[in-house]
Amino acid sequence: MIDFKGYEWVFWEGLQVTLSVGLATIPVALLLGLLGAWGKLSRNPVARLVAGTYTTVVRGIPELVLILLVYFGLTLALQDLASWIEGGASTVDIPPFPAGVITLGLIYGAFATEVFRGAFLAVDRGQIEAAQAFGMRRSLALRRIVLPQMWRFALPGLGNLWLVLIKATSLMSIIQLPELMRMTDVAARAVRLPFTFYFGASLIYLTITIISIVVLQRAERWANRGIRRA
Amino acid sequence: MALFSLLERNIPFFRDTVRPALDGACDGVQEGLRSLVGEKSAVAFRFCDFVEGAWLTIELTVLAVAIGFLFAVPVALARLSRNPLLRWPAFGFMFYFRGTPLLVQIFLIYYGAGQFVAELKSVGLWDGFFREAYFCAVLTLVLNTTAYSAEIIRGGILGVPFGEIEAARAYGMSGVKLYWRIILPKAARVALPAYTNEVVFIFQATSLVSVITLLDLTGIARDVISDTFRTFEVWIFVGLTYLCISYLILYGFKRLERRLMRHLQRHSERTSVPRVSHAG
Repeated sequence: MIDFKGYEWVFWEGLQVTLSVGLATIPVALLLGLLGAWGKLSRNPVARLVAGTYTTVVRGIPELVLILLVYFGLTLALQDLASWIEGGASTVDIPPFPAGVITLGLIYGAFATEVFRGAFLAVDRGQIEAAQAFGMRRSLALRRIVLPQMWRFALPGLGNLWLVLIKATSLMSIIQLPELMRMTDVAARAVRLPFTFYFGASLIYLTITIISIVVLQRAERWANRGIRRA
Repeated sequence: MALFSLLERNIPFFRDTVRPALDGACDGVQEGLRSLVGEKSAVAFRFCDFVEGAWLTIELTVLAVAIGFLFAVPVALARLSRNPLLRWPAFGFMFYFRGTPLLVQIFLIYYGAGQFVAELKSVGLWDGFFREAYFCAVLTLVLNTTAYSAEIIRGGILGVPFGEIEAARAYGMSGVKLYWRIILPKAARVALPAYTNEVVFIFQATSLVSVITLLDLTGIARDVISDTFRTFEVWIFVGLTYLCISYLILYGFKRLERRLMRHLQRHSERTSVPRVSHAG
């Protein structure tokens, strides 16, 4: 076994924060993704423009730049707002955890938009027509027919997003969130064994990836139960 | 600017004529911008630095993609090989570099090398290589994109219809000729859309080299912000620059894709506007 000089606990502490950030981001990204997909497929040109701009901008800019932009930009904006309200210079600090969840949610919401859009289009048109023939309104057909089936088509794409997202949480170390990478960094500097510690951290990320892949495969099998396969 | 310093050291013409001309042009634009928008704009004030940063970003992308592609084809072939001595190392390499964050890989190579200074010195890899953030960045980006590209190429090779391979075998082709004439050209077409995404991804991923002190576009931005505190202006300018280059890369590869797929288009489609695919 690798000798971590009694600093094994940093991995455990960091892992908890990494998983919390990742899991907390999922609902934000899913919500934004559904909204974005709705906007992209909407008949309303304004909604289409907003959703299109959102995914274009987010997917064209590196995550690191977006994280720094949102984190420092949000801090500055809140600071200006606070000093405008209170009338004096005031300092605002956004805690890194919510800042990280908001930023990652914004980024992966754009990718989820594309996944949901594809999944929506993958649902058989004939079924929607059939729902209309039964007299269902668009919203009812969406709730009863499209949404339950969308998940099955969206699951592989969302699974991939989760794998990318959990690795992207390492970028949160740059805004001082004490997640796995940041904790490893601190310990590696203290003990002066950078290779040992970063390698240990990389094995933990690898383990998360392996477990996620197994769980996702099971989820896909579960979602596809009852579907005939050629 | 590792590439520039290499050129400067070895080609006098470059040092005496090209570099000063480029610098002069850049300074001219910077002066123009300053007089246009005034001293208040951090971007106009440090325009030359931003140009150098963007150059480093593009240089790292081109190096990583070019070298990574050269490595990726043999790794993909090894991954598909029936020989377990080839297959398992390729699988392990690809799994490790695809399953861990790039940031960890960069730290592992750049800071991690510091743990083995004596060993690296004894083989002569310390002073000219692992000590320099630039080479560590290139090495990490190459390893990372090799792993991802190999997976894409593997998918492309598996996507070649078996009938085509059978037909080629019936013509008596085998081994290298079968790969070179039938499998690889077809696999390239199958894999191209996914590979396009990988190039854009690695272009954006180069922004991570700023955390190991390199002054790429993101590194310059952080430097300028810490000098001027003009956070919004600088990040929006840099973000838009990344955005433009990302979509230029996408556009270039779309053109290439259309060229490679020419034989599949009917004549009427060739002249009409191509359908844009938004598939991630």
